Amino acid sequence: MRRFVAEKSKQHCNIFFNKKTSSFISPSPFYQSSIRHLTSASSPDSMAEPSPSHVTIQTINPKVLKCEYAVRGEIVTLAQRLQEDLKLNPGSHPFDEILYCNIGNPQSLGQHPINFFREVLSLCDHPAILDKSETQGLFSADAIERAWKILDQIPGRATGAYSHSQGIKGLRDTIASGIEERDGFPADPNDIFLTDGASPAVHMMMQLLIRSESDGILCPIPQYPLYSASIALHGGTLVPYYLDEAAGWGMEVSELKKQLEDAKAKGVTVRSLVVINPGNPTGQVLAEENQREIVEFCKNEGLVLLADEVYQENVYVPEKKFHSFKKIARSMGYGEKDVSLISFQSVSKGYYGECGKRGGYMEVTGFSTEIREQLYKLASVNLCSNISGQILASLVMSPPKVGDESYESYSSERDGILQSLARRAKTLEDAFNSLEGVSCNKTEGAMYLFPRIDLPQKAIEAAEAANTAPDAFYCRRLLNATGIVVVPGSGFGQVPGTWHFRSTILPQEDKIPAIVTRVSDFHKKFMDEFRD
Amino acid sequence: MATGGLDYESLNENVKKVQYAVRGELYLRASELQKEGKKIIFTNVGNPHALGQKPLTFPRQVVALCQAPFLLDDPNVGLVFPADAIARAKHYLSLTSGGLGAYSDSRGLPGIRKEVADFIERRDGHPSDPELIFLTDGASKGVMQMLNTIIRGPHDGILVPVPQYPLYSAAISLFGGSLVPYYLEETENWGLDITNLRESVASARSKGVTVRAMVIINPGNPTGQCISEANLKEILHFCHKEKLVLLGDEVYQQNIYQDERPFISARKVLLDMGGRISKELQLVSFHTVSKGYWGECGQRGGYFEMTNIPPQSVDEIYKVASISLSPNVPGQIFMGLMMNPPKPGDISYDQFIRESKGILESLRKRAHIMTDGFNSCKNVVCNFTEGAMYSFPQIRLPPKAIEAAKKAGKVPDVFYCLRLLEATGISTVPGSGFGQKEGVFHLRTTILPAEEDMPAIMDSYKKFNDEFMAQYEDNRGYSRM
Repeated sequence: MRRFVAEKSKQHCNIFFNKKTSSFISPSPFYQSSIRHLTSASSPDSMAEPSPSHVTIQTINPKVLKCEYAVRGEIVTLAQRLQEDLKLNPGSHPFDEILYCNIGNPQSLGQHPINFFREVLSLCDHPAILDKSETQGLFSADAIERAWKILDQIPGRATGAYSHSQGIKGLRDTIASGIEERDGFPADPNDIFLTDGASPAVHMMMQLLIRSESDGILCPIPQYPLYSASIALHGGTLVPYYLDEAAGWGMEVSELKKQLEDAKAKGVTVRSLVVINPGNPTGQVLAEENQREIVEFCKNEGLVLLADEVYQENVYVPEKKFHSFKKIARSMGYGEKDVSLISFQSVSKGYYGECGKRGGYMEVTGFSTEIREQLYKLASVNLCSNISGQILASLVMSPPKVGDESYESYSSERDGILQSLARRAKTLEDAFNSLEGVSCNKTEGAMYLFPRIDLPQKAIEAAEAANTAPDAFYCRRLLNATGIVVVPGSGFGQVPGTWHFRSTILPQEDKIPAIVTRVSDFHKKFMDEFRD
Repeated sequence: MATGGLDYESLNENVKKVQYAVRGELYLRASELQKEGKKIIFTNVGNPHALGQKPLTFPRQVVALCQAPFLLDDPNVGLVFPADAIARAKHYLSLTSGGLGAYSDSRGLPGIRKEVADFIERRDGHPSDPELIFLTDGASKGVMQMLNTIIRGPHDGILVPVPQYPLYSAAISLFGGSLVPYYLEETENWGLDITNLRESVASARSKGVTVRAMVIINPGNPTGQCISEANLKEILHFCHKEKLVLLGDEVYQQNIYQDERPFISARKVLLDMGGRISKELQLVSFHTVSKGYWGECGQRGGYFEMTNIPPQSVDEIYKVASISLSPNVPGQIFMGLMMNPPKPGDISYDQFIRESKGILESLRKRAHIMTDGFNSCKNVVCNFTEGAMYSFPQIRLPPKAIEAAKKAGKVPDVFYCLRLLEATGISTVPGSGFGQKEGVFHLRTTILPAEEDMPAIMDSYKKFNDEFMAQYEDNRGYSRM
């Protein structure tokens, strides 16, 4: 038999019956936007005998159907429709513009990129201009110098070539140094995998960890729905652990233990623990003691710790500081042999907010050579992440230092953004807390507020009658009345019977007063309508 | 090592099954040797800029300006950038909602998807809907997304050409599906025989596999053949009859080195056919900025276009795309520029055309140099590279060489390629990485080394090969393993 076929048939000797998925978990949120496609192509679904092979809703991968991602879900589709309306019929709604507070996308709401970073990236995109003397009139000297340094680390200065599948070595060296400087413990460039944003790195880990539905991943509730979506997509089981809203969204190891035991009893093998610090959507920054407990827990239970640390530069309260889990583990005396830890970082957040660049990395520690080879292999199938994003990740982890020409302007840009974020976090937090039946925990970090609304029973009934989750009902009403887009708490998970929504703190400061007014007015009217 | 969560034994089996030879054993060995100071010529991957091909100037100017919009306000910007690049940068920035640093629509910026649709319409003579075009971080991501959408389990089979670009086999393994091979005929210039296809499908079905989709790579990788219009029609009819989704990997559509079979897209052939098939045949077409004469691999820019995919399925694909938020914006702009390059009359037009033509003409020359070079070697037979970027010569290894390989614990073509690497520094990919008929061996090299370096490279190869063949054919020779 031909070798290829022989190998494959050896691997696939279990023959499953062809189960057609005739129902799916929830209606697709995007359907409305695509209705017009029915006129351009007659759907094979309308043929007399739908084919078992064709790609129809009945025959696509059921894991695709199962996964959900509310951040760009139903409410956003509605918002886009309203935005179209406003364009075609100005004045058709009681607001002038849609304010997207659903997604951590700072530069789409007016935040400026860090100048120095963009100078360096621009020069690396078009290295030919480095030879021109006029270029020195357009770019700062240290940006030119940094661009040269980076280009010298790239074979042939070819920024358009595929790099090493883990990312350009010189850039990984820079990142490792940056990690060392941040933590006070060594970092190995060979542990770094540069990826198109942090999200693909998360997907890679889920791919590696999940063998079947019997494999579970402990995730915080509420969580950033990349995790629930990725676990569903890879066919695993999400094992929830609840953050304590009454205790500032704190994490208790006793809760972790309980959920782990419950999962085991149900026959689920828990492989890993996801911690988001600072938290999304909840914004809490973990206390060091808490972090030590978590590391100890993972070590004792043999769990891989997946530390989502993309908001590490977004801390707004003086009483808390970001400590990486790697630093915590090392400071406890735990090394490569003790704890398996993956740390995720991104260029999308912090004060740089470079979402559209898709830059990020994971630092992989405490794994055998064999596992790392598998990770490398997975990374190599996609060849490499985008080079510009790699360069940016290295800049983020080694920004201008005191004494550099650009340091003054860089640090004032950085501090300006971070201070403004802290102010906006406080203003909006106070505003939400002043609303009837609404309580909002302090946002210690990240970019979001996650207020709880005690919805009156009448509102809950109205939502049920409209076949919508109560928090989605509230959010839709809010959108229709004010043009403000937030994400219902059900998209992140919450204790059953409680309702939340997530709003970003990202609209520019001058828009904040109007937002506060509009939300307050809406909320008052809503409560007037539905108050028990 | 910490035990528990991530022991090798407890890894996802599908991950362990994945093979991707393009960056596998040979490449790793070549990298080791490079670290030791040996000069390596990397011809293992279609990575033009790594072998000295220069980026086109205009796109780099535009993206550099988009990257640093403060330049646009600088009175001196015109000293360094031409006016049309400045205008184009302003145009692309206006299409974004916050510049390069903001997530775009998960399908890509609408304005750029419109440029893609316009390109497709100009190319094919049929209108294209931007709503059915999704930009991706490279074409590979799009391929992986589609395969993940289609494959439900090991009973779902995907028809893949052999030899194939191993992204397909890797992705199918990763998603737990079944690869159903159909063999291209080397003696027929890597042509596709419908009988072969039918046999493959029948064989798969008899094993309980539901064949869901068919992959064609046109122009082929690693084989380089350009599929004729007649052949494409056959393929389309076949897929229509068997109710398969056709996945058209057309990333090398700009790389055509002969005039008898110009590139014609699967979509054009389908829509030209008209009638029921044109409204029913499900097709997904892939393209990229990594190949052609652009070679911008590092940007990770690509798209897929869906034809006759039901709206609900499109929605699900959109949903999955949204989990990764958006493709990288600079890569999207590269795609826009490729779809909508400088026109006659534009300041940068002449330079753009000169650079593009220069690259394409040189690639065509190199395709010939390499094919002829291989064919002049003992026991080597090589089909002409009609398109794409590779040469895939057949190496007729003598029985003694195969024995020596077995003794060394290596697959025969891996053994040959390792020896080639050690002797000459030329890093290739063994044919086993792409699939081949049992007992027939190949290697894949790219045609990308600089034109002036080609003669020396081919000489170096010939010297190695002819000595290797002499060593293993001649009874008097001894193995120097």
